[in-house]
Order: sequence, then C-alpha cells, then structure tokens
Amino acid sequence: MKDREPLFSSKNMKLLTNPLNEDNPITVQVLGICSALAITAKLEPAIVMSFSVLAVLSVSNVVISMLRNYIPPRIRIIVQLTVIAAMVILVDQVLKAYAYEVSKQLSVFVGLIITNCIIMGRLEAFAMINKPWPAFLDGVGNSAGYGVILVIVAFFRELFGSGELLGFPVFEKIGLYSIGYENNGMMILPPMALMVVGIIIWIQRSRKRELIED
Amino acid sequence: MENLISIFIKSIFVDNMVFAYFLGMCSYLAVSKTVKTSVGLGIAVIFVLGITVPIDYLIHNFLLKKGALVWVSESFMDVDLSFLSFIMFIAVIASMVQLVEMIIEKFSPTLYISLGIFLPLIAVNCAILGGSLFMQQREYQNIAEATSFGLGSGLGFFLAIVGIAAIREKIRYSNVPAPLRGLGITFIITGLMGIAFMSFMGIKL
Repeated sequence: MKDREPLFSSKNMKLLTNPLNEDNPITVQVLGICSALAITAKLEPAIVMSFSVLAVLSVSNVVISMLRNYIPPRIRIIVQLTVIAAMVILVDQVLKAYAYEVSKQLSVFVGLIITNCIIMGRLEAFAMINKPWPAFLDGVGNSAGYGVILVIVAFFRELFGSGELLGFPVFEKIGLYSIGYENNGMMILPPMALMVVGIIIWIQRSRKRELIED
Repeated sequence: MENLISIFIKSIFVDNMVFAYFLGMCSYLAVSKTVKTSVGLGIAVIFVLGITVPIDYLIHNFLLKKGALVWVSESFMDVDLSFLSFIMFIAVIASMVQLVEMIIEKFSPTLYISLGIFLPLIAVNCAILGGSLFMQQREYQNIAEATSFGLGSGLGFFLAIVGIAAIREKIRYSNVPAPLRGLGITFIITGLMGIAFMSFMGIKL
C-alpha cells in the first residue's frame, strides 16, 4: 500500500500559495475579470464577493472532484454548471437573508458567479483530474488570489474616490479636506477599475520578469 | 415603436455591456487579438443574446415570477419561484447554445468553422447570463422590449470587441514598456474606451 501523503505537504501548500502571486487568477490566468471590476467601487461588497466566491469555488471544486470519474465527458459542462448554479443559489439566499444591503449592491453579480470563469476554469483545469482534498485547497487558494486583487482595487478606489474605508471617513479624520483636498470622483467610475487593475499587472510583472508576454 | 428604438440605442451605448458593466470581459480579453476572430465572436454573441433574452423573458414571466403561474390555476397566486431563475436561465443558455451550434453546423458549415471554439464558450460568457439577469431586474413590459434589449446589448458587445481588437492589432507596432505589454496595456486601453463611452451617459432616451 502506498504511503498516504500528509495533508499539508509542500505540494499541497503550493496549491494554496501559488495563486496568490505567480499564478494569480486575475492578473495571470485572466479569469473572473468581470466581477472583479464591477463591484470594487467600495470595499465592503468586494469583501463579501470574495467570500461568496470562496464558498462557491471550494465547495463545487470538491463536489466535481468527487464526481469526476462518473461524469460523462460530453455533458460535463452542463453538470458543472448545475453544481455551480446550485451553490450560487444557496449563497444568494444566504446573502439576501443576512446581508440584504450588500446583496442589493451586488445586484446581478452574485448570479454572475455562475459564469465567473474562475469557477469553470478551475473545475475544468483542476477538479476534473485531481482528488477532493487538493481540489479543495486549489479552490481556497484561487479564490484567495481573486480576493486579494479585489480588496486591493477596492481599497484604492474607495479611499481616493470617496475618502472612506468601509464607510469610515478616513480623509475627513486626518483633516485632508481642510487643507483643500477633494475626492477624485473619477475613481468610483467604472473605467478606473480597469486602470487600477492594469497598474497592478504592470507592477506585478515588473517585479516578476518571467510573466512578461510579448 | 419609439420605445423599442430607445431601448435598443440605450443598450448599445449608454448601458454598454462591456464598458458600463464589465460583462463578458473574459472572452473580450481572450479573443480580441485579431479583428477577424473578434468579429466571429461578436456575431455569435448578438445571435445568442437575441434568442436567449426573449426566451428567458417568457420563462420569467410565465413560470418564475410571483403570481406568474396564475394561468395554470388561481391557487398558484402566491407561488414565487424566482430563486430558481439562475439555474433556469443557465440551463436555457447552455441548451440554446448547443442548439444554435447544431443548426449552424447543419446549414452553414463555413460560419461554423469560422466561429469554431467560441460558440460553446458563449455558454459561460457572463454577458449572456448578465443580459437575462438585467432583463429580469429592469422588468421590461413586453417581449418586444426584451428582444430589442437583447439585440442591442449584443451589438454593444460586438462594437466593443471589434474596437479593442483593431486597437490591439495596431498597438503591436508601438513601443510599450515590457511589463505592460499584452494584458496590462489592454486593460488601460479598455479603461480609456470606457471613458469615451461615458460621454453617452448624460443622454436621456
């Protein structure tokens, strides 16, 4: 009998930490951009969204990975979509019950987790060919990588766009307005999300030269 | 009629899927390397949105909405199935994409070959599901309005993806800083295009 691999072997730890930087779902794999841009005008919805994706991705990764030997390849997309959609309905109902305000702000974007390419992409690329435990770690890692970018973008947009963080008036407290600072309204408009992500990609790639494409 | 035209124009320019809501970004970034392929994807999106939005409209209004089942029996007055809408919509989209794929393969093999992999990928394009969800949220009055919204959003996506593909073809000859090449510069250009499209925002239709 083969030796059992320890739960947190270095290979498994890599699954968890790689997506945070060199294999980041947003800036490197280019998955799940839509929601990352649309809900980052404020920090709170961005955090809620990250946790929703974490829940959906880790659970559906595990489910698909357990079913992987029974799914006929021809209809695998619809099976995956059904699993994801069921999970998203759960998340949506929970949000409506416990965080109604945020779920209003997120509007259609909770539903759009279904078609978030991160989820489909990871199911196809990882869960279909791996065991449940690594699939779970991969799910957690990738949604953490997604969440990190979301929180960074939302942090800058909310801070400079409305001068607040999670609704707390930071700039007013440190007295920036009294010396003539004004909020940059541009930051809360949609196009700035693209610019901020573009700049994050720029910084990341100039630190990690091997990611540069030509 | 005027109403239909204004919904159509509005969904192309003011509520552009890509620039105002960032829907369909993944395929927008992945498929916009050349104009030719992006035209193919754009047409496929118009096609699928034009079909799925009206179908989902019917499903929403005659099956899922609160009180929608009255036509079956009066006793279903209070039944509200709208929590099922995600799973219904995505099933409709996936099966419609499959159907459209088969029809195109049968009747126009050349178009089928030129669309290639994009057609099945449309099932997971957020612009398509987004179209249905916005249709549900904005409560259009009748099926004609829903159809014109679907076609308009498709056309908006088409314009956006063909525009960025044309710019990306040209930018290959420019001297972009190495770390910004590829994905980074595409994001920033999309942002600039988004700012241009925001000039439509003040227009009341």
